[in-house]
Amino acid sequence: MKILLSKPGLDGHDVGVKVLAYALKDAGFDVFYTGLRKSIEEIIQQAEDVNADMIGLSILSGTHLILCQRMQEIMDEKSAPIPWLVGGNIPHGDTEAIEGYGALAAFPTGTKVAEVITFLKEYPAA
Amino acid sequence: MSDQDKKKGGDESSNTTAEDVKKVLLESGIEVKPLYSREDVNDSEVDQSLPGVYPFTRGIHPLMYRKRPFTIRQYAGFASPEETNRRFKFLIENGQTGLNVAFDLPTQCGLDSDDPKTLGEVGRVGMTIDTLDDFEIAFDGIDLDKITVSLTINGAAIVLMAMYFALAEKKGYDLHTLRGTAQNDILKEFIGRGTWIFPVDSSVKLVVDTVEYCAKNIPKYSPVSVCGYHIRESGANPIQEMAYAFCIAKAYTDETLKRGVDIDEFASRLSFNFDIYGNLFEQIAKFRGGRRLWAKIIREEYNAKNDRSSWMRMIAGGGGGGLTKDQPENNIIRSSYYALISALSGTQTMALCSYDEAYTIPTEKAAELSLRTMQILIHEMGICDTVDPLGGSYYVEALTDRFETEIKEEMKMVEEMGGIVDSISSGKIQEKISHQAYEREKGIQDGEIPKVGVNMFQKDEEPKPVEFHQYNADAADFQIKKLRKIKERRNDERAQTCLEKLREDSLQNVNLMPSVIEAVKAYATVGEIIQVMKDVYGEYEEPIFF
Repeated sequence: MKILLSKPGLDGHDVGVKVLAYALKDAGFDVFYTGLRKSIEEIIQQAEDVNADMIGLSILSGTHLILCQRMQEIMDEKSAPIPWLVGGNIPHGDTEAIEGYGALAAFPTGTKVAEVITFLKEYPAA
Repeated sequence: MSDQDKKKGGDESSNTTAEDVKKVLLESGIEVKPLYSREDVNDSEVDQSLPGVYPFTRGIHPLMYRKRPFTIRQYAGFASPEETNRRFKFLIENGQTGLNVAFDLPTQCGLDSDDPKTLGEVGRVGMTIDTLDDFEIAFDGIDLDKITVSLTINGAAIVLMAMYFALAEKKGYDLHTLRGTAQNDILKEFIGRGTWIFPVDSSVKLVVDTVEYCAKNIPKYSPVSVCGYHIRESGANPIQEMAYAFCIAKAYTDETLKRGVDIDEFASRLSFNFDIYGNLFEQIAKFRGGRRLWAKIIREEYNAKNDRSSWMRMIAGGGGGGLTKDQPENNIIRSSYYALISALSGTQTMALCSYDEAYTIPTEKAAELSLRTMQILIHEMGICDTVDPLGGSYYVEALTDRFETEIKEEMKMVEEMGGIVDSISSGKIQEKISHQAYEREKGIQDGEIPKVGVNMFQKDEEPKPVEFHQYNADAADFQIKKLRKIKERRNDERAQTCLEKLREDSLQNVNLMPSVIEAVKAYATVGEIIQVMKDVYGEYEEPIFF
């Protein structure tokens, strides 16, 4: 599986996303990382450019709902939307809303890396 | 005889075999012996070393906290300048002696509140500043002579510092005696924290502009606080934290010297910001050894004559990296130990992460607990009674010596990699420490690195509903309206003339501080000023190593 990890918005906390990138690589995934401060439009474009099977967004600044809403708006226009996940400082109360915007899952701070890997391995390949 | 009993009798080494005692390695890779004695500190400089005397292993002042306790300076800043002003006054009424200003991400990245790239970010993680008007609101009624203000700003530091100086001047303070600190350490932003704007070389140039300007015009102001903190949070071990911070401080120093500024005109105003989590003794030795080494670097390599130039002044606290989301109340206990470590290390200023900081911006309750933690330490624990109470401990002194050597070695390795600026530009440092962060996380998840409540002594419990810092979307609209009003009200011709002057100065490669100060006085916005510099310098492109 090819996964594109990204940091949407202005948040610069990138330790978590880099740790996940190494872990996914070690687990045999094909990993791309966009770097910081990408707009949702740029992220989706880059995911399409590399033919990603999955997008992972890391958001720690609290902007997850607004960014996920933007994600939904753009993905809704796509004929073949790429499935996506969110990780970061996500209050439990927001998980449902994030999934409502179309995310496959939201992984809050404190999630074990192994849990994400299991989730991805069990996800049916496109 | 049980293993425990055998260990008790361990002073008779013949009774104890190597297998009885498990090997202990610090995070820095230094091996710890079960017992330290006089011979471990035979060659140490500690006996000759008094606090307040070069090389300052035991502290930079002769009387340290006996004369004045460390400054308490919690990081705070909420949404609008109006709210922030109320919070500042609340903190001051509650005994805080310094302010540490948090800015929102648009301000940190040099974007105005009405920029489309700021979607959802205005006023979220700190105070929004668009123009000098916002600064005037935020600091209304605060005596800048009594309260020292620290600005946590990096990429856009030159603009926010200019605003602070313009504000002070307008309020009638004498700039020659004005105190305060700006974080303004852009090199560490490329390693961790990420609020860079311009390419590495131009970014360093701007830092040096501020250092040069302050040395000549605002000599008591600390224009740079070099941050090992974020480097450690990004995965560096305690040795690398100090070594990289020193290399960065040297990089700014070298560039400032090239401008013809004498070492003794600015070195005493450089300060440091360090992280605390992990092994107690390792952190204390890190600071004591680091302080000695920095003193030697400044005196021996740079020929500083003034003792103050070689002081490693620091804010030390933290330590976000040590806090956990599991059993979050444990973070209150951890932070208390971090505070103790900081005080035992002779810090000048202390700030603690609040217990909920592992997963949110601190709530008021949590921030108050941090403040109380430090106050209890000062007022109930006797921490201020005597200077460097651990001085002379065989273990602490031996480890201090070892840290001095190890940090020096690590700095040499950076030189061999091509120097700190090149190693950051190429992403070599970032790749190295982010891989270490991965190894550490693996260690925690595998249980090799013990973490209470995470990989030991866990409890099966439903996650508690945690209180989150609430975001006020209306505040963003209010801020945007205010920005429009200021733009309408200001003398636009004057603002544009100032921006044009800034463009010319940027192209001519002169010190930009004077033209930025003039621009902020004309109520040019943060975004307008930064955009002019982006036009000239371009923007940083992050090296990607995956």
